[in-house]
Amino acid sequence: MQEDWVLALIGGAIIGLSVTIMLLFNGRVTGISGIINGILNFQKNDMLWRVSFVLGLFSGGVLLRFIYPHAFNGALNISSTHAAVAGLLVGFGTVMGSGCTSGHGVCGISRLSLRSLISTITFILAGVIAVVALRKLGVIL
Amino acid sequence: MSNNNMKNALASFATGLVFALGLGVSGMTMPQKVLGFLDLFGNFDPSLIFVMVGAIFVHFIAFRMVKKRKTPLLDHQWHIPTKTTITPSLVIGAFIFGFGWALAGMCPGPAITRLPFFETNTVVFVITMLIGILIFRKVDKIFKLNK
Repeated sequence: MQEDWVLALIGGAIIGLSVTIMLLFNGRVTGISGIINGILNFQKNDMLWRVSFVLGLFSGGVLLRFIYPHAFNGALNISSTHAAVAGLLVGFGTVMGSGCTSGHGVCGISRLSLRSLISTITFILAGVIAVVALRKLGVIL
Repeated sequence: MSNNNMKNALASFATGLVFALGLGVSGMTMPQKVLGFLDLFGNFDPSLIFVMVGAIFVHFIAFRMVKKRKTPLLDHQWHIPTKTTITPSLVIGAFIFGFGWALAGMCPGPAITRLPFFETNTVVFVITMLIGILIFRKVDKIFKLNK
Protein backbone atom coordinates (compact mmCIF):
# COMPACT_ATOMS: atom_id res chain seq x y z
CA MET A 1 0.00 0.00 0.00
CA GLN A 2 1.29 3.43 -0.84
CA GLU A 3 -0.21 4.88 2.33
CA ASP A 4 1.81 2.46 4.45
CA TRP A 5 4.47 5.00 5.21
CA VAL A 6 1.87 7.51 6.40
CA LEU A 7 0.39 4.98 8.79
CA ALA A 8 3.88 4.05 9.91
CA LEU A 9 4.67 7.69 10.67
CA ILE A 10 1.39 8.25 12.51
CA GLY A 11 1.72 5.01 14.44
CA GLY A 12 5.25 5.97 15.35
CA ALA A 13 4.06 9.35 16.58
CA ILE A 14 1.45 7.60 18.74
CA ILE A 15 4.21 5.43 20.19
CA GLY A 16 6.26 8.56 20.88
CA LEU A 17 3.27 10.05 22.62
CA SER A 18 2.69 6.95 24.73
CA VAL A 19 6.19 6.84 26.16
CA THR A 20 5.84 10.53 26.95
CA ILE A 21 2.93 9.64 29.24
CA MET A 22 5.17 7.25 31.17
CA LEU A 23 7.88 9.89 31.38
CA LEU A 24 5.69 12.81 32.43
CA PHE A 25 3.67 10.98 35.05
CA ASN A 26 6.01 8.29 36.35
CA GLY A 27 9.39 9.71 35.41
CA ARG A 28 10.35 6.47 33.71
CA VAL A 29 11.53 5.31 30.32
CA THR A 30 9.45 2.70 28.56
CA GLY A 31 11.86 -0.14 27.99
CA ILE A 32 9.49 -3.05 27.58
CA SER A 33 12.10 -5.74 28.06
CA GLY A 34 13.21 -3.97 31.24
CA ILE A 35 9.67 -3.62 32.51
CA ILE A 36 9.07 -7.34 32.04
CA ASN A 37 12.46 -8.22 33.51
CA GLY A 38 11.54 -6.19 36.57
CA ILE A 39 8.31 -8.09 37.04
CA LEU A 40 10.38 -11.23 37.48
CA ASN A 41 12.00 -9.68 40.54
CA PHE A 42 8.65 -9.95 42.30
CA GLN A 43 9.35 -6.91 44.43
CA LYS A 44 6.07 -5.84 46.04
CA ASN A 45 6.66 -2.09 45.78
CA ASP A 46 7.71 -2.34 42.16
CA MET A 47 5.13 -4.64 40.66
CA LEU A 48 1.99 -2.58 40.16
CA TRP A 49 3.17 -0.09 37.56
CA ARG A 50 4.96 -2.82 35.62
CA VAL A 51 2.06 -5.24 35.54
CA SER A 52 -0.28 -2.36 34.70
CA PHE A 53 1.85 -1.50 31.70
CA VAL A 54 1.78 -5.06 30.40
CA LEU A 55 -1.97 -5.19 30.97
CA GLY A 56 -2.24 -1.96 29.02
CA LEU A 57 -0.35 -3.48 26.09
CA PHE A 58 -2.54 -6.56 26.21
CA SER A 59 -5.70 -4.45 26.44
CA GLY A 60 -4.51 -2.43 23.49
CA GLY A 61 -4.22 -5.67 21.60
CA VAL A 62 -7.76 -6.61 22.55
CA LEU A 63 -8.99 -3.20 21.40
CA LEU A 64 -7.15 -3.56 18.11
CA ARG A 65 -8.81 -6.91 17.55
CA PHE A 66 -12.15 -5.13 17.49
CA ILE A 67 -11.38 -1.80 15.84
CA TYR A 68 -8.41 -2.63 13.62
CA PRO A 69 -7.97 -6.38 13.17
CA HIS A 70 -5.87 -5.71 10.07
CA ALA A 71 -3.06 -5.10 12.54
CA PHE A 72 -2.90 -8.85 13.14
CA ASN A 73 -2.24 -9.83 9.57
CA GLY A 74 1.28 -10.48 8.44
CA ALA A 75 2.04 -13.52 10.55
CA LEU A 76 5.09 -15.49 9.54
CA ASN A 77 4.77 -19.06 8.39
CA ILE A 78 7.30 -20.51 10.80
CA SER A 79 7.37 -23.56 13.04
CA SER A 80 6.81 -23.37 16.78
CA THR A 81 10.40 -24.47 17.30
CA HIS A 82 11.52 -21.55 15.16
CA ALA A 83 9.37 -19.19 17.26
CA ALA A 84 10.72 -20.73 20.46
CA VAL A 85 14.34 -20.14 19.47
CA ALA A 86 13.45 -16.56 18.52
CA GLY A 87 11.87 -15.99 21.92
CA LEU A 88 14.87 -17.38 23.76
CA LEU A 89 17.26 -15.14 21.86
CA VAL A 90 15.08 -12.06 22.32
CA GLY A 91 14.65 -12.68 26.04
CA PHE A 92 18.31 -13.42 26.61
CA GLY A 93 19.62 -10.66 24.36
CA THR A 94 17.38 -7.85 25.59
CA VAL A 95 18.26 -8.39 29.23
CA MET A 96 21.95 -8.79 28.44
CA GLY A 97 21.85 -5.68 26.29
CA SER A 98 19.73 -3.70 28.73
CA GLY A 99 16.95 -2.96 26.30
CA CYS A 100 15.09 -3.43 23.05
CA THR A 101 13.44 -1.36 20.34
CA SER A 102 11.30 0.65 22.75
CA GLY A 103 13.88 1.28 25.44
CA HIS A 104 16.91 1.88 23.27
CA GLY A 105 15.38 2.61 19.90
CA VAL A 106 12.72 5.10 20.91
CA CYS A 107 13.43 6.33 24.43
CA GLY A 108 17.21 6.07 24.40
CA ILE A 109 17.79 7.73 21.06
CA SER A 110 15.26 10.45 21.95
CA ARG A 111 17.40 11.43 24.90
CA LEU A 112 20.57 11.18 22.82
CA SER A 113 22.02 8.22 24.68
CA LEU A 114 25.12 6.91 22.93
CA ARG A 115 24.57 3.48 24.47
CA SER A 116 21.11 3.35 22.95
CA LEU A 117 22.28 4.54 19.58
CA ILE A 118 24.96 1.85 19.46
CA SER A 119 22.54 -0.79 20.70
CA THR A 120 19.96 0.15 18.09
CA ILE A 121 22.45 0.13 15.24
CA THR A 122 23.75 -3.22 16.48
CA PHE A 123 20.44 -5.00 16.76
CA ILE A 124 19.29 -3.70 13.39
CA LEU A 125 22.57 -4.82 11.87
CA ALA A 126 22.20 -8.22 13.51
CA GLY A 127 18.69 -8.50 12.13
CA VAL A 128 19.79 -7.67 8.62
CA ILE A 129 22.62 -10.20 8.79
CA ALA A 130 20.24 -12.80 10.20
CA VAL A 131 17.84 -12.41 7.29
CA VAL A 132 20.68 -12.75 4.79
CA ALA A 133 21.87 -15.89 6.58
CA LEU A 134 18.37 -17.36 6.87
CA ARG A 135 17.87 -16.76 3.16
CA LYS A 136 21.10 -18.53 2.31
CA LEU A 137 20.10 -21.42 4.56
CA GLY A 138 16.77 -21.63 2.80
CA VAL A 139 14.76 -20.86 5.93
CA ILE A 140 13.23 -17.78 4.33
CA LEU A 141 12.05 -17.75 0.73
CA MET B 1 1.71 6.80 48.81
CA SER B 2 -0.79 4.08 47.91
CA ASN B 3 -2.98 6.72 46.28
CA ASN B 4 -0.04 7.73 44.14
CA ASN B 5 0.72 4.10 43.37
CA MET B 6 -2.72 3.67 41.86
CA LYS B 7 -2.22 6.80 39.80
CA ASN B 8 1.18 5.56 38.68
CA ALA B 9 -0.43 2.28 37.67
CA LEU B 10 -3.09 4.12 35.71
CA ALA B 11 -0.47 6.14 33.86
CA SER B 12 1.41 2.93 33.09
CA PHE B 13 -1.74 1.28 31.84
CA ALA B 14 -2.49 4.26 29.62
CA THR B 15 1.07 4.13 28.28
CA GLY B 16 0.73 0.46 27.44
CA LEU B 17 -2.66 0.93 25.81
CA VAL B 18 -1.58 3.83 23.62
CA PHE B 19 1.72 2.10 22.82
CA ALA B 20 -0.17 -0.95 21.58
CA LEU B 21 -2.43 1.22 19.45
CA GLY B 22 0.63 2.88 17.97
CA LEU B 23 2.14 -0.49 17.19
CA GLY B 24 -1.06 -1.62 15.52
CA VAL B 25 -1.54 1.51 13.42
CA SER B 26 2.10 1.54 12.35
CA GLY B 27 2.03 -2.06 11.20
CA MET B 28 4.67 -3.19 13.67
CA THR B 29 2.39 -5.89 15.01
CA MET B 30 2.87 -7.60 11.64
CA PRO B 31 6.03 -9.71 11.72
CA GLN B 32 6.14 -9.64 7.93
CA LYS B 33 6.53 -5.87 7.96
CA VAL B 34 9.36 -6.06 10.46
CA LEU B 35 11.05 -8.72 8.39
CA GLY B 36 10.54 -6.55 5.34
CA PHE B 37 12.63 -3.85 6.95
CA LEU B 38 15.40 -6.27 7.93
CA ASP B 39 15.30 -7.74 4.44
CA LEU B 40 17.52 -4.92 3.31
CA PHE B 41 18.86 -6.83 0.30
CA GLY B 42 15.61 -8.52 -0.66
CA ASN B 43 11.99 -7.35 -0.48
CA PHE B 44 12.79 -4.19 1.45
CA ASP B 45 9.94 -2.51 3.31
CA PRO B 46 11.06 0.82 4.81
CA SER B 47 8.02 1.18 7.10
CA LEU B 48 10.01 0.63 10.28
CA ILE B 49 12.17 3.65 9.50
CA PHE B 50 9.07 5.84 9.38
CA VAL B 51 7.83 4.36 12.64
CA MET B 52 11.08 5.22 14.37
CA VAL B 53 11.21 8.66 12.81
CA GLY B 54 7.67 9.39 13.97
CA ALA B 55 8.31 8.09 17.46
CA ILE B 56 11.65 9.78 17.96
CA PHE B 57 10.46 13.05 16.46
CA VAL B 58 7.63 13.27 18.97
CA HIS B 59 9.51 11.94 21.99
CA PHE B 60 12.72 13.89 21.38
CA ILE B 61 10.79 17.15 21.60
CA ALA B 62 8.56 15.93 24.44
CA PHE B 63 11.51 14.63 26.45
CA ARG B 64 13.24 18.00 26.41
CA MET B 65 10.05 19.75 27.46
CA VAL B 66 9.14 17.29 30.22
CA LYS B 67 12.67 17.08 31.59
CA LYS B 68 12.64 20.79 32.35
CA ARG B 69 10.42 19.93 35.30
CA LYS B 70 12.08 19.23 38.63
CA THR B 71 10.08 16.03 39.09
CA PRO B 72 7.56 13.93 37.19
CA LEU B 73 3.90 14.53 37.98
CA LEU B 74 3.39 11.47 40.16
CA ASP B 75 6.82 10.83 41.64
CA HIS B 76 9.42 12.74 43.60
CA GLN B 77 12.30 11.68 41.38
CA TRP B 78 13.22 10.75 37.85
CA HIS B 79 14.02 7.11 37.05
CA ILE B 80 15.99 7.59 33.88
CA PRO B 81 19.02 5.40 33.10
CA THR B 82 22.35 7.07 33.79
CA LYS B 83 24.84 4.52 32.46
CA THR B 84 27.09 5.88 29.75
CA THR B 85 29.80 3.26 29.23
CA ILE B 86 29.65 1.12 26.13
CA THR B 87 30.04 -2.40 27.53
CA PRO B 88 30.51 -5.75 25.76
CA SER B 89 27.17 -6.87 27.23
CA LEU B 90 25.42 -3.97 25.56
CA VAL B 91 26.74 -4.86 22.13
CA ILE B 92 26.64 -8.64 22.37
CA GLY B 93 23.18 -8.53 23.91
CA ALA B 94 21.96 -6.30 21.11
CA PHE B 95 23.38 -8.68 18.55
CA ILE B 96 21.68 -11.69 20.10
CA PHE B 97 18.41 -9.76 20.39
CA GLY B 98 18.62 -8.62 16.78
CA PHE B 99 19.04 -12.19 15.63
CA GLY B 100 16.04 -13.37 17.56
CA TRP B 101 14.07 -10.38 16.31
CA ALA B 102 14.72 -11.37 12.73
CA LEU B 103 13.74 -14.98 13.36
CA ALA B 104 10.17 -14.21 14.42
CA GLY B 105 9.73 -10.58 13.38
CA MET B 106 8.68 -9.80 16.91
CA CYS B 107 10.12 -8.08 19.92
CA PRO B 108 8.56 -7.83 23.40
CA GLY B 109 6.03 -5.07 22.70
CA PRO B 110 4.43 -6.43 19.54
CA ALA B 111 4.46 -9.95 20.95
CA ILE B 112 2.35 -8.99 23.95
CA THR B 113 0.10 -6.82 21.78
CA ARG B 114 -0.48 -9.84 19.53
CA LEU B 115 -1.10 -12.13 22.49
CA PRO B 116 -4.89 -11.57 22.57
CA PHE B 117 -4.99 -13.19 19.17
CA PHE B 118 -3.71 -16.37 20.85
CA GLU B 119 -1.70 -17.74 17.98
CA THR B 120 0.52 -20.62 18.94
CA ASN B 121 3.71 -18.98 17.74
CA THR B 122 3.09 -15.77 19.69
CA VAL B 123 2.33 -17.68 22.87
CA VAL B 124 5.41 -19.85 22.38
CA PHE B 125 7.51 -16.76 21.70
CA VAL B 126 6.38 -14.97 24.86
CA ILE B 127 6.92 -18.03 27.03
CA THR B 128 10.40 -18.70 25.69
CA MET B 129 11.19 -14.99 25.92
CA LEU B 130 10.52 -15.18 29.65
CA ILE B 131 12.67 -18.31 29.84
CA GLY B 132 15.43 -16.54 27.94
CA ILE B 133 15.30 -13.68 30.44
CA LEU B 134 15.53 -16.09 33.34
CA ILE B 135 18.43 -17.96 31.73
CA PHE B 136 20.40 -14.77 31.31
CA ARG B 137 19.73 -13.70 34.88
CA LYS B 138 21.15 -17.03 36.04
CA VAL B 139 24.17 -16.75 33.74
CA ASP B 140 24.71 -13.17 34.87
CA LYS B 141 24.63 -14.20 38.51
CA ILE B 142 27.24 -16.87 37.89
CA PHE B 143 29.56 -14.92 35.64
CA LYS B 144 28.68 -11.39 36.81
CA LEU B 145 28.40 -10.16 33.25
CA ASN B 146 26.36 -7.02 33.84
CA LYS B 147 28.20 -5.27 36.62
